[in-house]
Amino acid sequence: MQDKTFVPFTKEMKKDYTILVPNMLPMHFKLIISVLETYGYKMELLETSGGEIAETGLKYTHNDTCYPAILVIGQFMQALLSGKYDPHKTALIMFQTGGGCRASNYISLIRKALKKANMEYVPVISFSMAGIERHPGFNLSLKTYHSMMYAVLYGDLMMSLLNQVRPYEVNSGEASRLADAWIKKLGRELGESRRISYKKIKKNYAAIIKDFAAIETERTEKVKVGIVGEIFVKFSPLGNNDLERFLTSEGAEVVVPGLLDFCLYCIYNTIAEHDIYKKKSASYPIFKIAYRFLCKKKDEISTLIEKDGTFEGWTPFDKVAHIAEDIISTAVKMGEGWLLTSEMLELAESGCKNIVCTQPFGCLPNHICGKGMMKPIKELKPDVNIVAIDYDAGASRVNQENRLKLMLANARKNLNNASETTASPQKSEKRTAAIV
Amino acid sequence: MAGNLTLGIDIGSTTAKLVLMDGERMIYSKYRRHLSRVRQTTLEMLRDLQDEMKLDRLSVTISGSAGMGVAEAAGIDFIQEVYATGEVVYKLAPDTGVVIELGGEDAKVIFYAGGVDERMNGSCAGGTGAFIDQMSTLLNMSVDEMDKASLKAERIYPIASRCGVFAKTDIQPLLNQGAKKEDIAASIFQAVVNQTITGLIQGRKIEGKVMFLGGPLYYCDGLKKRFYETLKLTPETAVFPEYGLYAVAMGAAMYARNSEPVEMSDLLQRLEKSAGSDRHNSNRLPPLFKDKSEYEEFRKRHERAAVPLHNIDEYSGNAWLGIDCGSTTTKLVLIAEDKSILYTYYSSNRGNPVELVKSQLIDIRKRCGDHVKICGSAVTGYGEDLIKHAFHIDRGVVETIAHYTAAKHFQPDVDFILDIGGQDIKCFRIRNGAIDSIMLNEACSSGCGSFIETFARAMGYDVSDFAALGLKATAPVNLGSRCTVFMNSAVKQSQKDGASVEDISAGLSVSVVKNAIYKVIRATSPKELGERIVVQGGTFYNDAVLRAFENEIGAPVIRPSIAGLMGAYGAALYVMNIKESTLLSGNELETFTHKSSSAVCGGCANHCHLTINVFSDGGKFISGNQCQKGLGIKNAPELPNLHAWKREFLESLKPSAGKRGRIGIPMALSIYELAPLWHELFTRLGFEVHFSAQSNRATYERGQFTIPSDTACYPAKIMHGHMLELIDDGIDTLFYPMLTYNVDEHAGDNHYNCPVVAYYSELLVGNMEQLRQVNFLYPSLDISGVSALVRTLYPSLHDLDKTITKAEVKNAVKAGFAAYEDYKKKLRAEGEAALAYARENGKRVMILAGRPYHIDPEIGHGIDKLATSLGFVVVSEDSVCHLAPVQYVKVLDQWTFHARLYRAARYAAEHKDVELVQLVSFGCGVDAITTDEVRAILEGAHKHYTQIKIDEITNLGAVTIRLRSLIGALEEGGR
Repeated sequence: MQDKTFVPFTKEMKKDYTILVPNMLPMHFKLIISVLETYGYKMELLETSGGEIAETGLKYTHNDTCYPAILVIGQFMQALLSGKYDPHKTALIMFQTGGGCRASNYISLIRKALKKANMEYVPVISFSMAGIERHPGFNLSLKTYHSMMYAVLYGDLMMSLLNQVRPYEVNSGEASRLADAWIKKLGRELGESRRISYKKIKKNYAAIIKDFAAIETERTEKVKVGIVGEIFVKFSPLGNNDLERFLTSEGAEVVVPGLLDFCLYCIYNTIAEHDIYKKKSASYPIFKIAYRFLCKKKDEISTLIEKDGTFEGWTPFDKVAHIAEDIISTAVKMGEGWLLTSEMLELAESGCKNIVCTQPFGCLPNHICGKGMMKPIKELKPDVNIVAIDYDAGASRVNQENRLKLMLANARKNLNNASETTASPQKSEKRTAAIV
Repeated sequence: MAGNLTLGIDIGSTTAKLVLMDGERMIYSKYRRHLSRVRQTTLEMLRDLQDEMKLDRLSVTISGSAGMGVAEAAGIDFIQEVYATGEVVYKLAPDTGVVIELGGEDAKVIFYAGGVDERMNGSCAGGTGAFIDQMSTLLNMSVDEMDKASLKAERIYPIASRCGVFAKTDIQPLLNQGAKKEDIAASIFQAVVNQTITGLIQGRKIEGKVMFLGGPLYYCDGLKKRFYETLKLTPETAVFPEYGLYAVAMGAAMYARNSEPVEMSDLLQRLEKSAGSDRHNSNRLPPLFKDKSEYEEFRKRHERAAVPLHNIDEYSGNAWLGIDCGSTTTKLVLIAEDKSILYTYYSSNRGNPVELVKSQLIDIRKRCGDHVKICGSAVTGYGEDLIKHAFHIDRGVVETIAHYTAAKHFQPDVDFILDIGGQDIKCFRIRNGAIDSIMLNEACSSGCGSFIETFARAMGYDVSDFAALGLKATAPVNLGSRCTVFMNSAVKQSQKDGASVEDISAGLSVSVVKNAIYKVIRATSPKELGERIVVQGGTFYNDAVLRAFENEIGAPVIRPSIAGLMGAYGAALYVMNIKESTLLSGNELETFTHKSSSAVCGGCANHCHLTINVFSDGGKFISGNQCQKGLGIKNAPELPNLHAWKREFLESLKPSAGKRGRIGIPMALSIYELAPLWHELFTRLGFEVHFSAQSNRATYERGQFTIPSDTACYPAKIMHGHMLELIDDGIDTLFYPMLTYNVDEHAGDNHYNCPVVAYYSELLVGNMEQLRQVNFLYPSLDISGVSALVRTLYPSLHDLDKTITKAEVKNAVKAGFAAYEDYKKKLRAEGEAALAYARENGKRVMILAGRPYHIDPEIGHGIDKLATSLGFVVVSEDSVCHLAPVQYVKVLDQWTFHARLYRAARYAAEHKDVELVQLVSFGCGVDAITTDEVRAILEGAHKHYTQIKIDEITNLGAVTIRLRSLIGALEEGGR
């Protein structure tokens, strides 16, 4: 049994504590933070980077723990030890989904690290939908969750558009600046409004799409590369050595499946659990309603994107959920579980044949759902070009980049071959060079 | 004409290659080791090319892992090396099916047949050129000599193939035991082949012609031979092209055709510029010394910790001899009555410690003459048993005790000893004059002394010169604190960034230190180590390492002047109470001879590979055995061993003929827990239940071709072999269920399985085509109770056989659970009986704790038998956990197997005569969580915590030292 005593985040603390947030999904977290700030929380997204974070993490936690835990702990400890924050007026927050993966232990590991540094008085807020722990000072209302859901949706929308525009923009940096401006505006708006006006939100969606569509671009043919994997190294530039930037600098268009899909996956699992094990439960209908509701929210955005016509929309989650059922069961629910396999197949099916599957070195679920599924995926989609990249405190960037370059070289070759088959015969005289 | 000239430059991790092509013709080629001077070497090679060929304009492309940085800095086109190879082969030999290319540090495989697929080794894989270099250093042979020797091999030893560190752990004891170098050489090549298969081929079929490329495959006939035999190739299907060395460079040259031609002079200029502008990247560390005076202070301080030396020729009186036969070096020390030193010897083993010790003993006996009497002798270290038997040494001393004895001499109240030797890191904490806790490096992080030495040699330096350079480093590179293979890549990275040899040397020293502090000791501050620290071991002769250590912990430490001889010195001190020695006399030594041969033990199904050493006096020493049987010893009554009991119980679950035919269940992972349940359940349903046999090495090898993730744990990887065994036996219905949840013993927050145990069947189906030919049942089951299991199991059984009814399943499930409960009851009773036996007979108890599948003889490597042979009564975690209350821990306790571990640890914590040793599989992610908790429970009660990491390695030498150290510490503590 876990020793359930912990330092709670009290109502008193809410008044003057700063809550530090690890840098996992920069764009989404900024939005979520601005929502929470309007409820009186003082929060700060840690944007530190550099090798020292992992070094610090290694000092305070077991070296064989997952890399994301090492990074999160390293980032927290570095901040607390930096002198920038008063440890007696600082709290930490970490997101937790629970489940059979060792990642459900992040909170305990952070507390152990704090104890090692004699700072066990620092409260660690476990943020989870499942309500694993209770913190009196961090008791969120339904409305807060509701606003946060929109923060996730906005985040997904902007991440998707940004990725689709950035490689082609004429004025470099324009798309990022636009995204930043929208984040500021949306954050304020989500927080300030006393009630959530869905009309307003839909208007915002359309305006965002219009703004991104208006960015001056030059359409050249570029390889599309999808990024999937363990949630932290998939999204966090700290975790994946700035993978998105590297791929973009190599002239690729990056496709990253959104955060909402992961939330939907968690909800879906609760439903699937009932279906697979034929258990009856009172919460089953509620989860079903939540699932339908969120699926609809996703589809609405997708419809708007497609209506505008400039960008590609999103595959409905229901389809994602069933796309891989021939090769992996939805009972596989630890870590990213079946979603990882599904995302790879979904990418391949929607025309993004080049995929980077990211995982921390020795990630247990990914043995099964990532590397273990590559053969069956290739059998279904022979033209898919997947590379698995391990991230680790000791893994060197040059090795990772070399493997990525191999994937990119093949991607370009495939792209050129595809365009040759449709182009005039003279064009095939030209070397299908893929000089990286 | 000039327009047709294209130049390809391939700069790999160890060599640089140039190819000049005129159209399709190769007109110039060169191959050179760059010894990490990447840019300078490239430039020199280009100048040579220019001198010879007098070129004016040509097109250039660079390739290779170390070429990336050069290309970037000089603004030259770059092409990824695997891609380059792929294109060349496609052009020159379109009928190729598979390309296997081994480079300095990379291994690549390209499949052509059935869709091009290009693969590179993952980040944890070292079976490559650098690995072969490292191994040849270990054998004290050149690569060429090793290659020639391998062709004369008579047998192949199993050598872990995952990475250099593991392989070394296997090879070292073979050397120490006197195995033949020819056989070891061939075994090393076989390890490379196995690595390629598990790491890269990963289940894909080898079809068509196989082309072999790259340096090692070009030069090493022995390696070719191993590939040839393992992949069952014929002269028609194995291709070793002339351009084997140059494929990548040729690919680059071909590519260069679409690069803009440049003037040769311009190219040279650009490279010159980039070679001069070696960038310092941000990942650098402060220098080891601020200035000269700091260095002087450091040097003077350490000069103080010295032992007086006396000339043996001038001394007369009593003396004692200490021998430390370590993993890579052998040390001898002869001390006088005042503990001063009369004679020392320190040398690399060169693969044959017996001969080495013999010649030294002869020399010592001569020098002693009649004026020095050797009263006692002791030996410690890896080769302890062999040397003791060979030369009739008086005592064998456990390494830890020898080192503590020596350290006490320099610092009587020493409270922490850190010893970094050739292959081991050992540290012990001393409390109240006894060894309180021992930490040894796990097999995965032995980046120790021999590692720096290998690096130094690879870069063309003697190790002491290399260390001296490190002291002068201005900006040491930050190489991280992980295992050797990772550091290889990090060094490669720094080479790419243009780091100097000085900075790499200092960086390696810092890495070794960090590895020791954060990975082995797991300390956060120097206070945790101790206040009076003694550092020793050959590695600490390296002043750069010593300095890095002091800098890292922020406090001065003591390094004895005989840092590398401490084991031998301690051993000698330890036997100073002996008056008459049994050591061979001068005459006996002169006629001493030693022969070794190999044999396979037939004592049991383990079939241990034995090395039999025969000495001229008729004495015999056998090693390689996992138990006493191989020694021909009629066993004293065997001590209770719950691991063995469990194995026997599982063996007793035999098939009985049934109307519904045969069903096969792999004896692996969760089946080690649930076998009684499934056996009874399926038997009741009328199936003839066949379990696969408990594993051996061959089980693993049988399935290794289908393993997709080489970093998964060994218990999972061995599963593939079990499935194949059942299929090959003609069983066409197989069963391994998906179990998100384990049995609920109400001792934790939840009752999960780990992801690998829970879902491995999905991976098997996806990667083993053989499984698609049979009926493989892997339903997602809920085993929390009868109705839950019936509900989830029935549908798939009904699909299998329509005559199976729900009522039948229900009865079978009930019977299954009853059988399982019965098994657990017996297990616990047996556990209690073992404890009672131990107490009646005054034996120590060892809870050999892990997961149920660790009792598998191939996974547990017979550690249980080793423990009984050392006098322990062995029980398993699941046979005693019921005797302790539910345990509260600081982490989420939501795995059934973990909850058992914590309770077993509690039981050990509360009983003075019970020790707990935790077995951890390499790559087990969830045990990163449990180990700290188990340690905390034990250390909270002032008990020793011993962890043993297990993998494919079959060497028990390190484990023996560990367990004997534990016994030594217990005895010291009990005194």
